[in-house]
Amino acid sequence: MKFEPVIGIETHVELTTASKMFCGCPVEFGAPPNTNVCPVCLGLPGALPVVNHTAVEYAMKIGLGLQCEIAPHSVFSRKNYFYPDMPKNYQISQYDLPLCIDGYIDIETDEGSARVGITRVHMEEDTGKSTHLGAGGRIGAGSQTLLDFNRAGVPLMEIVSEPDLRSAVQARAYAEEVRGVVKRLGVSDVKLEEGSMRFDANISLRPEGASTFGTKVEVKNMNSLRSVQRALEYEIKRQAAVLEAGEEVVQETRHWNEEDGTTAAMRSKEEAFDYRYFPEPDLVPIAVDEAWRSEVASGLPELPAQARERYRAQGLEPTTAGLLSREVDLGRVFEDAVGAGADARTVANWLTGEVTAWLRKESLLLPDSHLDGAALAELEAMVGAGDLSATAAKDVLGGVLSGEGRPAEVAESRDLIQVSDSASLEPAVDAVLAANSDAFEKLKSGDHKVMGFLIGQVMRSTGGKADPAAVTRIINERAG
Amino acid sequence: MTDLADLTLSEATSGLQGGEMTAVELLEAVHRRATMTEAQLHAYLNIDRPGAARAAVAADSALGKGAAVSKLTGIPVALKDNLVTRGLETTCSSKILAGYLPPYDATVVGRLREAGSVIVGKTNLDEFAMGSSTENSAYGTSRNPWNPERVPGGSSGGSAAAVAVGSALAALGSDTGGSIRQPASLCGIVGMKPTYGLVSRYGLIAFASSLDQIGPLTRTVTDSVTVLEALAGYDPADSTSHPGAVPDFRAGLERGVAGLRIGVVSELSGEGIDPQVQAAVARMVTSLEGEGAKVTEVSLPSFEYALSAYYLIAPAECSANLARFDGVRYGLRRDGDTVEEMMANTRAEGFGPEVTRRILLGTYALSAGYYDAFYGQAQRVRTLILNDFDSAYGQVDVLVSPTSPTTAFEVGARATDPLAMYMSDVCTIPSNLSGHPGISVPVGLDDAGLPIGFQVMAPALGEEVLFQVAAEVERIAGFSERPALANSRADI
Ligand SMILES: [Zn+2]
Repeated sequence: MKFEPVIGIETHVELTTASKMFCGCPVEFGAPPNTNVCPVCLGLPGALPVVNHTAVEYAMKIGLGLQCEIAPHSVFSRKNYFYPDMPKNYQISQYDLPLCIDGYIDIETDEGSARVGITRVHMEEDTGKSTHLGAGGRIGAGSQTLLDFNRAGVPLMEIVSEPDLRSAVQARAYAEEVRGVVKRLGVSDVKLEEGSMRFDANISLRPEGASTFGTKVEVKNMNSLRSVQRALEYEIKRQAAVLEAGEEVVQETRHWNEEDGTTAAMRSKEEAFDYRYFPEPDLVPIAVDEAWRSEVASGLPELPAQARERYRAQGLEPTTAGLLSREVDLGRVFEDAVGAGADARTVANWLTGEVTAWLRKESLLLPDSHLDGAALAELEAMVGAGDLSATAAKDVLGGVLSGEGRPAEVAESRDLIQVSDSASLEPAVDAVLAANSDAFEKLKSGDHKVMGFLIGQVMRSTGGKADPAAVTRIINERAG
Repeated sequence: MTDLADLTLSEATSGLQGGEMTAVELLEAVHRRATMTEAQLHAYLNIDRPGAARAAVAADSALGKGAAVSKLTGIPVALKDNLVTRGLETTCSSKILAGYLPPYDATVVGRLREAGSVIVGKTNLDEFAMGSSTENSAYGTSRNPWNPERVPGGSSGGSAAAVAVGSALAALGSDTGGSIRQPASLCGIVGMKPTYGLVSRYGLIAFASSLDQIGPLTRTVTDSVTVLEALAGYDPADSTSHPGAVPDFRAGLERGVAGLRIGVVSELSGEGIDPQVQAAVARMVTSLEGEGAKVTEVSLPSFEYALSAYYLIAPAECSANLARFDGVRYGLRRDGDTVEEMMANTRAEGFGPEVTRRILLGTYALSAGYYDAFYGQAQRVRTLILNDFDSAYGQVDVLVSPTSPTTAFEVGARATDPLAMYMSDVCTIPSNLSGHPGISVPVGLDDAGLPIGFQVMAPALGEEVLFQVAAEVERIAGFSERPALANSRADI
């Protein structure tokens, strides 16, 4: 039987506001434990929360970026459960009346384009962090648990999609697009590996053509975009095997294990949790009037979908345009280079190819490198003028990225300037033809297979600086 | 000569500002009164002698320099022990917070300190303010200064007893279902619950956040105004704090009640009300009419459901508010083999039976499948009560009733019967559900020599007319009796 996967994704985003969701403590990573805390975020007796206005605006931006409606009246609730890194033993969250509802994003994959509904975007506070010392690293198992409340109360947004995704590839594209939107909005640093953006998926399978949903499984701990795809591919296979064996999928939460590439059922600590939500009496409802909404909306930057349209119009392939639209730093350098007169497709390919690979290898972000739009445009002009070969251009790009200088300087110092004028090349060509008279004779007798060999010999004798096109032209002239 | 501990707050303010006495002398008198009465009353959990002495010296210095002083400069004030005080043990009368030293002052505590008042100490209460007799304290029952066999009421019983006996000139309490007004009534003093949001709750250890409100306990209506003036006003640290202008509490004090429309709540008279209480209230209503008020009987049918709604909403909120007491970060900890077990052991040992009962009630009321039938329904009743109040205030300026259905009951009389205890607050709870102000003013004694309180209620931010009527009630009653214990003079 053929099965259709039904996937929905919950995305948690930590906001980069200056202060926490309900108190004035700074939001920063890496501070010594329990230094960014106060009576409010420690849940001390008597302390009361106050909503961070900027966090609400950031949440509105995310909602607007995902084409949501902003609720004129939304409410915080208490989500009750006991956990030692949650100071109040309830989390202030939004429940039945979230800030943003009913949005969508469009995704494009090799499988085509699709519109994915956004059910809601709501605000909540993050928990602290537990470190378990001793056996197993599990809570309760070790002899000691250390608690750090620096993260407690950091503004957290939850973006919930409709179950509109039908493949692991789509799920990844969705995650990439949401990340791109949030990144362009500048409201989070969207670092998956640091946990400032986290994805959980709900996935079920149903016979193709069926209209009801199968039993869903929640998959957690997908710490990269790639693992979103891998985990769901695995889970689709696993559930299909279960169903094909005539068994039933168990409704549970499963943990993705990056190393062995499998999911495993988590210890069922959350079995049938009743969170006993009720409206948070310490906060008043958030009222967003049209003036506030439109003020925030008018301050929104260009979104990935809009940028992608522009890039497509400049002749870029869909995937290249998509990548540049989501990675706003790459997009900015691309636009600067094109603005300086460079060919769009050439610089786009460099950015999504060599530049991205180099940044990944060096674990750097584009702004940390020495590359800018002007340098890319200069490089592209050198290639266009025949001063650099395509191969040498990639070499020069590496030098520019690592700060060796402008493209011309790097090409000069690495001795990569291409020789294409006949007067300079003819002696070298003649020397090669003389030394390889057998091959030259074969060429003259019409055996064009030796041409490549002869060009290669000229390239070698010139240290790779000869322009292959010019060399070919001269050899053809000599061969008559 | 008068013992300084018997002065009202206003008398003491005049004395201090007129140079007839010093804040240190006043504090000493209050300390002597406490020394003589505490063994019987147990109004205080903790008397902060060094802190108070420093504050009194500072007050004298300000008074001596002719610096800007307030009516509260040098006035000894007691604090209910659910208000956090920086570096001063705050327990809520619970074992679970034994030894807890807060790192900050509640907003109201800060405002009292800024006003120059002298914090005498922390007063006893029913554990986490849950109760109406102060018998639910983990640190012993407070007693009524009129008769130590009787309860002082609760939950602000310690504050009421201290003010009544003179071991403080004023005190702060908190009122979730009557916890200021009912003990004030039982102890023969003035107890006032302001409009919800008028006084910041920041630093009040929450019982039921949507109902809790801090207010003054004083000997007179004017003193109540004076303390409330220092407390009231917007606090950005409390999101439910009222951002607008504070009413003029003092404006109506001398105005009388001529032309005012006074409504007698029919649901809070007759059945269930002690006949002597009923008679005292009726006499006062007649007198008010004699002073020119237009009196009508007003029915608020939803009051019938107020107690039931209250005992769903308050426990529901408390079940979340008290979740933080888990032994992880502060207070009592009882170890266990797992974190969950440690939390369970800590809470089982740390909370008394009434607190445990309400947490269980509230947890149940919020449970999936029950939420709508219990919590949801209670919130709808709350809306009905608000509607009833609104339509009543369309016809009258204030509503009046007894504060408590009975005078002070004997220690132990209701301790084993939670429902009987819950009935103690039947007259006061509606104002908490509506968020409206209410005040209890003593109007006389019953045959057993126990005080009777008269309640005045007003619409939201109607404190001006509330105090206007309360002042007239006070004037008519001319209540000047003092509890027996207050007369135990040092020289006797
Ligand atoms: Zn904080």
